[in-house]
Amino acid sequence: MTALLAKLLGSSTEDFDKLNTHEKALLRPVFVWGRGFYLTVAFLALIFGFGVFAYLTQLRDGLAATGMRDTVSWGLYIINFVFFIGISHVGALLSSILRLTGAKWRHPITRMAESITFAALLFGALMPIIDLGRPERMFNLIFSGRIQSPILWDIISITTYLAGSSLFLLLPLIPDMALLRDKFIHAPAWRRWIYRILSFGWTGTPEQHARLDRAMNTMAVLILPIAVMVHTVVSWIFAMTLRPGWNSTIFGPYFVAGALASGAASVVLAMVVFRKMYRLEEFITLKHFKYMAALVLTLNLAYIYFNISEYVTLAYKMEGAEKAVLASLFSGQFAGLFWMTQVLGLIVPAFLLVLPMIKPMTWIKRLRVLPPMLLAAISALFLGASLATSFFNTFIGFDPSLVALAFLLGGLAFGGWATLTLIPWLQARPIPTFVIAAALIVIQAWLKRFIIVVPVLEQPFITDAAFEGALYNPTWVEWGITAGALAGFLLVYLILSRMVPIVSVWETKHGEVEETVSGPAHALPQPAGVSSPEV
Amino acid sequence: MEDRRLNRRDFLKLTSLGAAAALAPKAEAALRAAIKPLVANGPHPGDNGGGAHRWVMVIDLARCDGCGECTKACSAMHLVPPGQEWIKVYNIEHEGLAASHFFPRPCMQCDNPPCVNVCPVGASYKRSDGIVLIDQEVCIGCRFCMAACPYSARYFNWAEPPHTARELSQSYSVETNIPHRKGVVEKCLFCPALTSKGELPACVTGCPMGAIYFGDENENAVTNSLGETLSLSDFLHDGAAHRHLEELGTEPRVWYLPPRTQSTSTQSQPSAVLLSGLEG
Repeated sequence: MTALLAKLLGSSTEDFDKLNTHEKALLRPVFVWGRGFYLTVAFLALIFGFGVFAYLTQLRDGLAATGMRDTVSWGLYIINFVFFIGISHVGALLSSILRLTGAKWRHPITRMAESITFAALLFGALMPIIDLGRPERMFNLIFSGRIQSPILWDIISITTYLAGSSLFLLLPLIPDMALLRDKFIHAPAWRRWIYRILSFGWTGTPEQHARLDRAMNTMAVLILPIAVMVHTVVSWIFAMTLRPGWNSTIFGPYFVAGALASGAASVVLAMVVFRKMYRLEEFITLKHFKYMAALVLTLNLAYIYFNISEYVTLAYKMEGAEKAVLASLFSGQFAGLFWMTQVLGLIVPAFLLVLPMIKPMTWIKRLRVLPPMLLAAISALFLGASLATSFFNTFIGFDPSLVALAFLLGGLAFGGWATLTLIPWLQARPIPTFVIAAALIVIQAWLKRFIIVVPVLEQPFITDAAFEGALYNPTWVEWGITAGALAGFLLVYLILSRMVPIVSVWETKHGEVEETVSGPAHALPQPAGVSSPEV
Repeated sequence: MEDRRLNRRDFLKLTSLGAAAALAPKAEAALRAAIKPLVANGPHPGDNGGGAHRWVMVIDLARCDGCGECTKACSAMHLVPPGQEWIKVYNIEHEGLAASHFFPRPCMQCDNPPCVNVCPVGASYKRSDGIVLIDQEVCIGCRFCMAACPYSARYFNWAEPPHTARELSQSYSVETNIPHRKGVVEKCLFCPALTSKGELPACVTGCPMGAIYFGDENENAVTNSLGETLSLSDFLHDGAAHRHLEELGTEPRVWYLPPRTQSTSTQSQPSAVLLSGLEG
C-alpha cells in the first residue's frame, strides 16, 4: 500500500542517496514519503471532509443550521476569519522586516512563516464566503460591489495580500525548485512538472541571482504596508459600525498587534513541530527560539498595551452604551473567558517568555517543591470547599463573601508557591517554556476574537424588559466547519512542507547558519536535555 | 535568448497599446458603469423614487398601550416570516425605577443609514422619498447591515420561510419583498405598496390607539388611524419630539413623542404638560 502510494505520489530513496550532506539534511521529507505522512494526511483529510459535510448541511438547511440568529448575527465563521487572517500576518513580518534589517538568522524559518501566511489566508478568505446566506451570489461583490463598504476593502486587501504573499513565498523557492527539478529525477510526472514550471528556467547564473535578490527586496518593501492594511481593514468591519465595544478608533492597530503576536507565536509552534518531525535541530537552534521568543514577547506586550488602552478608557467611565458590554466581560456572562484570555493568554505567556532569558534565580531553588500528593490534597480541599460554599449560598442563604476572600488569599498563596517552585524547571527548559507560551497565545488569539465579536452582538442598543441576553451557542455545523478549516490549513501546510524543503536549501547553503551562530547576545545557561549545537 | 525576451516585451507593449486604442470607447462606457456603484447611496435600478414625497412617521409613546396590534397588522400585510417583527413593541424599563414604557420600533428609515453605508453590493439603498429598501435579488446575506443597524430593525431569513400559495402567486418586488426568500435580509418598508395608492401603512391603520402618525414631510402633515391630521412641525414642536438614539447621527425619519405627554392635540402646551407633571 505504502509502496504503491510512494510510486504514485513521490518517494525516491534512489535520488535521495545521491544528494550531498547539506541537501540530505533538509530534503528527506521531500524525497521520502512514509506511512506516518500518509496517515496524517488521511486523518486531516477526514476532518476536512467532515467540515465539507457540515457545510453541505448548511447549504441545504440555510444558516438556520448554525447557532446564529437575528441578535447574534455573526459567530464562529467571522471569528475564524479574523483569527486566520491574524495568523497569516507573520509571513510578511518575519520575511520582510528581517530581510530589510538584514537579520540573517531568519533564513531557516522564513519559509515556514511564509507558508503559514499562504495556508492561513486560503482558509481565512474562505470564512466570510461560508458565512454568506447566499454564497451563490458572491460574485455580486465584484460585479455590483460598492467601494464604500468595508467588505470591499477587505476583498481588495486580502486578494492583494494573497497574491503578494504567494509571490513572496514563491520567489525564494525558485532555486530550490530548480534543485528538485535537477536532482529528483525519479519523481512522479506531476511533481516533475511542478518543479519544472515553478523553477522558471533557473540555472543559478549571477544575473539570475541578482534579479532574484532585487525582486525579493521589492516584494519585502511592498508586502509590509499591505500586511498592515489587511488587518486594519479587517478590524474596520467592526469599527465602522456604531456598536459599543466595536466603535473604537484604536481597532486598527489593536488588531494588527494581536495579529502579529498570534502569527509569531504560531511560527514558534511550527518551528518546534518541524524541528522534531524533520530532524532539523541543526538548522533550527535554541538561538532561533530565543530570537523568536523575544519577538513574540515584544508583540505580546504591545497587544497587552492595546488591551489596556481599549478596556481601561471605557471601564473608567463605565457609562453609556458600553456599560452593558463591559459588565458582561468583566463580571457577567463572559467574565470567565475574558479574564482567562487576559491572564492565561496574555500576562502568563509574557512571564513564560521572559523566564528562560533571565539569570536563574538561585534563591527560588531553595523553596521546597510541594509533593504531588499534597498538591492533589489541597486542590481537592479547594474544590470541595467551593462546592460546599455554593451549596450553603444557594440553600441556606449565607453570605459567602468573607469565605470567598479567604479562598482568594489562600488560592493566591498556594498558587504563588506552586508557581515559584515551577520557575527553576521552566528556566532549565527554554524551548518547552517558549512553546507553552506560544500555544497559550495562539489559543488566546482565537478566544479573544470570540470575546470581541459575540458579547458586543449580545448587547443590542434597544433591549426589552424581558431581554436576558441573546445566548449564542454554536452548533455542530459551525464547530465542524471550524475543525475542517483548521484541518485544511494544517493539511495545506503539511503537504507544502513535503513538496518543497520547509527550510530553504540554497539560503542556508552559504554558511549563513554558521554565521548566525556566533555567540548569543545574552548569556544563557546551558539547559539540561536541550542540545544546542551553536554553543 | 536576449533577443527573444526583448521581442516578447515589445510584442506585449504593442498588443496592449493596440487593445487600449480599440477598446477606448468601450472602456469608457465600462468605466462609467463600474463607477456608478461608487456614487454614495446613488439611485438604485429599482428606485422609482416614490414621487415628490418625503415620508415620515411620528409615534406618540403616551398613547401606546403595548397591545401589539401594529405588529399583527404589519405581519398580516407583509406575510412576515415567523420570528420577525418588522415593527416591534419593546417594553423599556428604566434602570433602578419601577417604571417602564412601551416603545414601538419600526425601521427608522434613517437619512444617514448605517445599513446602506456598509452594504457591499448596494442591495440596501435609500430612495428619494426617504425609504430604505432592500433588493433581495441582489442581497448576498453577509448581514453586515444587521451588525451596523443600531435599532435591531433588520431580520434575516435563516431558513427557507414557510410559504403560502397566496404569497407565492405574487411576483417579487422590492416594494413588497414578497415572496420571502432564504438567506437574505428583510425589514419594515413603510408600506410603499399602500402609500403609492394614498393609503396609510398597515401598522398605522392597525393601531387602535391612534398612536402612530404617518405623512409627508413636504406636505407638513401626518395622519393616524383615528383620522386625526396634524401639522407635522407644530406637532413635533409642541410634543417635544425626539428621534431614538439621536446622538448616533443616523437621522431617523421616525419621531417619538415622550411617554409622559397626556394629550397629543396641538392645543396642549409643553409648559402645561410640565406643570401638570410637577403638580401631579
